[in-house]
Amino acid sequence: MHIADCIEGCFQLMGGDFTNAGRASGDLKSMLAKLGVSQDVIRRASIAAFEAEMNVIIHAVAGTMHYTVNNEEVKIILTDMGPGIESIERAMQEGYSTAPDWVREMGWGAGMGLPNIKRNSDNLKIDSVVGEGTTLEIILYIRKEKTC
Amino acid sequence: MLKVSDIAGRLGLDIRVGGDLHTEVKGCYISDLLSDVMANAGDGDLWITLQTHPNIVAVAVIKGLSGIIITNGRSPEPDTVRKAESENVTILTTVMTTFDTAGLLYNMIK
Repeated sequence: MHIADCIEGCFQLMGGDFTNAGRASGDLKSMLAKLGVSQDVIRRASIAAFEAEMNVIIHAVAGTMHYTVNNEEVKIILTDMGPGIESIERAMQEGYSTAPDWVREMGWGAGMGLPNIKRNSDNLKIDSVVGEGTTLEIILYIRKEKTC
Repeated sequence: MLKVSDIAGRLGLDIRVGGDLHTEVKGCYISDLLSDVMANAGDGDLWITLQTHPNIVAVAVIKGLSGIIITNGRSPEPDTVRKAESENVTILTTVMTTFDTAGLLYNMIK
């Protein structure tokens, strides 16, 4: 695989827009497949992106998902105008969630989102300010392949 | 090789949205928690659930599942059907419980 230039894209996300949830991550998945990125990276990137996309839809008013792909890495940055995370440490604990009941009835809000994102990324940075919003930077390294 | 159409036929499932019915079913995963499916379902699994809203289609696409079975006589929401049709995701329904569906499926797959 060889990517000539840096490929990038950006999606707008609306809080509460469950109907279109997964569109941004699905597009990212198709883009990575088109670029010939390995199946393992595609699988992990789309899971991490989708969980992060859901977090914006569940918790925030609005946000964006921006991605860049080059020969070294896939970088996905989610920025939202949301409530912010009071304790990142607690939010990273499996089973901890602040999602409302109606979201839980849909099968979300099991407290697995951020742990799933962490497990599937090579590097995860979280910046959050309560009352302002949250930024997630998800990085996956693309394994070097023999042929270009 | 077991295809989605083989399972639909043998279990008497209703085909609500027929995506690629010739897809090979590699296994099965059962959960009503979407992040659990995101974390633990395998590529090509058939997913048994009670959830009927459109996000189940997105989960199936992202995870590369072979299809979704909705049990207990529940129906996919109209938005779910539309989304599944545009994404080519198979949705099957049955009046059987999850337990009965899984029991029959287990004997076919394992």
